[in-house]
Amino acid sequence: MHVPDGFLTAPVSVATGVVAAGGVAYAIRGARSELDEKTAPMAGLVAAFVFATQMINFPVGAGTSGHLMGGVLAAVLVGPYTGALCVTVVLIVQGLLFADGGLTALGTNIVLMALVTALGGWLIFRGLVKTLPKNRGGLLTASGIAALLSVPLAALVFVALYVVGGAVGIDLGALTATMLGVHVLIGLGEAAITVAVVGAVLSARPDLVYGARHLTTELTLRSSKAAS
Amino acid sequence: MSRNRTFLLIGLAVALVIAGVISFYASSSPDGLEYTAGEKGFLDSARDSGTAGSPLADYGVAGVDNERLSVGLAGIIGVLIVLLLATLLTTVLKGRRTREDTEQNATSDTRSDS
Repeated sequence: MHVPDGFLTAPVSVATGVVAAGGVAYAIRGARSELDEKTAPMAGLVAAFVFATQMINFPVGAGTSGHLMGGVLAAVLVGPYTGALCVTVVLIVQGLLFADGGLTALGTNIVLMALVTALGGWLIFRGLVKTLPKNRGGLLTASGIAALLSVPLAALVFVALYVVGGAVGIDLGALTATMLGVHVLIGLGEAAITVAVVGAVLSARPDLVYGARHLTTELTLRSSKAAS
Repeated sequence: MSRNRTFLLIGLAVALVIAGVISFYASSSPDGLEYTAGEKGFLDSARDSGTAGSPLADYGVAGVDNERLSVGLAGIIGVLIVLLLATLLTTVLKGRRTREDTEQNATSDTRSDS
């Protein structure tokens, strides 16, 4: 979903740039409470992994493709604020070095793919975690659904931006329908990759999954109660 | 700590294989946004990025003619740069916090690693 330069008017790009800067500052504040000796290097790896996986465009029907955005994946693995920062680093490197996503559109892309997916996706994930069983299956289901929904959510935010400042006037209903249709399909891929990766890390090192801390905390509380 | 290092090295190896090898097989069809822009008639409003002349533009290394090698190298360079920048950022942010509660972390770390 990397937005190129020119899709949105300059005022909207400036506005999303300001929102992105504010959002990143907010994420930096929040990330401090998520990061410690163990999660800091893990976050570096998560960013590198998201960059790598974003290179893999998978087909989603005739003549269209999509790739992982990684916001929910990063949020579940290292926390929503740190996750948003991980994807932001990926987007900055892509925009500056790989000419992927426009430079004036960098703020737009950070809003859509880092802030909306990681922070918005995390809210969906947290809501689901509260209602689903507190076990591996519940956690993976919550991760998958949040990942699936995060992609059309970002697509909807793009449509909203386009309504405010699209370069070319077009029918809003048709734009919404096409954007949502394609991005629900891409969301299925997002969900599959997110569940596979979170599942793999959960098997190898459950202690490294930020989104699973409510499970380990319960265990720790129980064992420390028994000990005391 | 060494268990963490093993995990990080395996994870990095997976990322390098994805970006360095598997990326060559990625679909080159337009992505969801490009497709929509084409369908709805606003694709032409896209302009080339200011960094379109970058030696790594469009995930290839300038001057490397073999496409497989070019994409793979670009992917590996990208993974390493992102790893470096993100680790620097999170280490700086972590440092600001852990100075306040280093002792707490040290005790909880040894407990969870043993």
